[in-house]
Amino acid sequence: MNIHEYQAAELMEKFGVATPRGRVANTPEEAEAAARSFGTNNLVVKAQIHAGGRGKGTFTSGYKGGVQLCKTSSQVRDVAASMLGQTLVTKQTGAAGRVVRKVMVAESKEIERELYFAILIDRATSAPVIVASTKGGMNIEEVAETDPDSIIREPIHPTLGLQAYQTRKLAKLLGLSSNLMRPAGKLFHSLYNLFIKCDCSMVEINPLVVTKGGEVMALDAKFNFDDNALGRHPEIVAYRDLEEEDPREVQASKFNLNYIGLDGNIACLVNGAGLAMATMDIIQHFGGKPANFLDVGGGASEQQVTEAFKILMADKNVQAILVNIFGGIMKCDVIAQGVINALRQREAREERMVPLVVRLEGTNVDAGKKLLKESNLPLIAADNLEDAAQKAVAAAKNGKH
Amino acid sequence: MSVLVDKNTRLLVQGITGKAGGFHAKNCMDYGTNVVAGVTPARGGELFEGKVPVFDTVSEARVQTGANATMIFVPAEFAADSIMEAVDAGIELVVCITEGIPVLDMMRVKEGMKGKNSRLIGPNCPGIITPGQCKIGIMPGYIHKPGKVGVVSRSGTLTYEAVWQLTQRGYGQSTVIGIGGDPINGTSQLEAIQFFNGDVETEAIIMIGEIGGTAEEEAAAYIKDHVKKPVAAFIAGATAPPGRRMGHAGAIVSGGKGTAAGKIAALEDAGIAIARTPGEMGDTLIKQLK
Repeated sequence: MNIHEYQAAELMEKFGVATPRGRVANTPEEAEAAARSFGTNNLVVKAQIHAGGRGKGTFTSGYKGGVQLCKTSSQVRDVAASMLGQTLVTKQTGAAGRVVRKVMVAESKEIERELYFAILIDRATSAPVIVASTKGGMNIEEVAETDPDSIIREPIHPTLGLQAYQTRKLAKLLGLSSNLMRPAGKLFHSLYNLFIKCDCSMVEINPLVVTKGGEVMALDAKFNFDDNALGRHPEIVAYRDLEEEDPREVQASKFNLNYIGLDGNIACLVNGAGLAMATMDIIQHFGGKPANFLDVGGGASEQQVTEAFKILMADKNVQAILVNIFGGIMKCDVIAQGVINALRQREAREERMVPLVVRLEGTNVDAGKKLLKESNLPLIAADNLEDAAQKAVAAAKNGKH
Repeated sequence: MSVLVDKNTRLLVQGITGKAGGFHAKNCMDYGTNVVAGVTPARGGELFEGKVPVFDTVSEARVQTGANATMIFVPAEFAADSIMEAVDAGIELVVCITEGIPVLDMMRVKEGMKGKNSRLIGPNCPGIITPGQCKIGIMPGYIHKPGKVGVVSRSGTLTYEAVWQLTQRGYGQSTVIGIGGDPINGTSQLEAIQFFNGDVETEAIIMIGEIGGTAEEEAAAYIKDHVKKPVAAFIAGATAPPGRRMGHAGAIVSGGKGTAAGKIAALEDAGIAIARTPGEMGDTLIKQLK
């Protein structure tokens, strides 16, 4: 799950992480009021969308830049008016862009140094690790390649947590002066606290800055949360912004379906994440392009399968659907009935049909195959994974003519 | 022979009175697994299927029945506690089927297990099976056949796929281990490979990996230096977009790390035969045997 920059700022404030003052605004007037409340003429207005590359983005209105420095509150109002309700296109949004519904107004700080600071779970040690670098404000993967020596890794004990001496060590390694050791330590502790308390899988501060005024601050933050732990964090779930998500994925999540939209033309419905990925791979291997990842899980009901089908069929790019089920917990007859229900509904409404390749194996496979056969629906049966993928690729090609 | 489980395994089921726990406990019994006890707090004294005693705590069940393995079906929010309860009771093999345990919970479990006498398989896994002897988990029993191929995998249904391909071609399995799809798990690819390498009756190995982490690379380094038995591998997720969690919490490519291409290169460097598609997992290994 992703959150907006202003939400990340809110979270950091809650945990006592030093950040520039900032407020979210829905209207130009709110933006102006926020700017005025800061009592400074060093201000910045930032469009709130989930995609990166905002500063270099262009609005479809022609207005350039989703991040603007301002000197007065009335200028903030004008900039906010140019952004709000407009569509911002960045290198991460795709050509369609994203509508800006909120802006964040913040104090802009004069920066002395830019650093990098992140906390994540190191799988190799099954413990958190802090990754930091004196090369802030840059893509950390590039830094890791070009200048690996500038990357600091500080492992954290999984139950003792971040120790005070570690924060001092980090401050030194990052070249912070002695008088900044305490504020830096407080910032590192606060971030670690946030990481643990909110069940993050990653906290990335890039850049962490030293301002000309001698403060250490988190300027831009990216948080990833452990999906498995969201159940105990309703306050974080409340940050979810459905407008920022693929509508297909939003629909799927309503039915607890594990769906990720892609841009190919062969949809797939599979049980199990590994098999779902492998099904995408084999489609590609035979020259097709997967339209999605979809794992219906181990215990899907007929209704879930029916809903999954609706999502797959509603995707205009889809030219063929491949159902690949290896029933363990999942029973093949349940899948078959879900497929039949979905197709019957579409038949009744005279909606678009696409070729459907079905490969069933495992628990109750005979009952499942029998149901499909007796339905007299136009299905293409496949014997194994390769056969199924080849038939789906061929069907998608034929569908185009 | 086999690794970790065989006909002498005495299985306990935590969460045996739940819907999934009961269903699969019954399936394991039908397969021939020796299910000696169940545990559900506050349900002690009941009998499951008219014969398996249910206890309130794992330590009681251990003392009363001599259970040496457990299968956990407890909901995700309580599963970490259930694992630690089994570890505390000294159960040698803990198989956690439960999906969706928070990563930080598993981090604490791993730390808590240090120095203890228990091995954890999973979580978020199909379990472990020695065909014809002992099935602990949710895998369909009939697709397996006793034999000499060891299979280890991060994915459930993809494991069934590989096993079924082997069985259909007449090749049985010594033991099949599903290690699970989470970023922090009890048994790694490497450890499973070490077990198979040390088992005299396992003559060949299939390793099924997926994108994310470095478990396959670590196993590959070991195989290169220590394993003489033929090994075939498949890595799922070559077409997965970076930065997206592909169902399994562990299956995510981030910062250019954990890609299928990188893993395949490491495996090939170790002399492991790579199945280019999931449809070729069985044949890729069989070719090595001829």
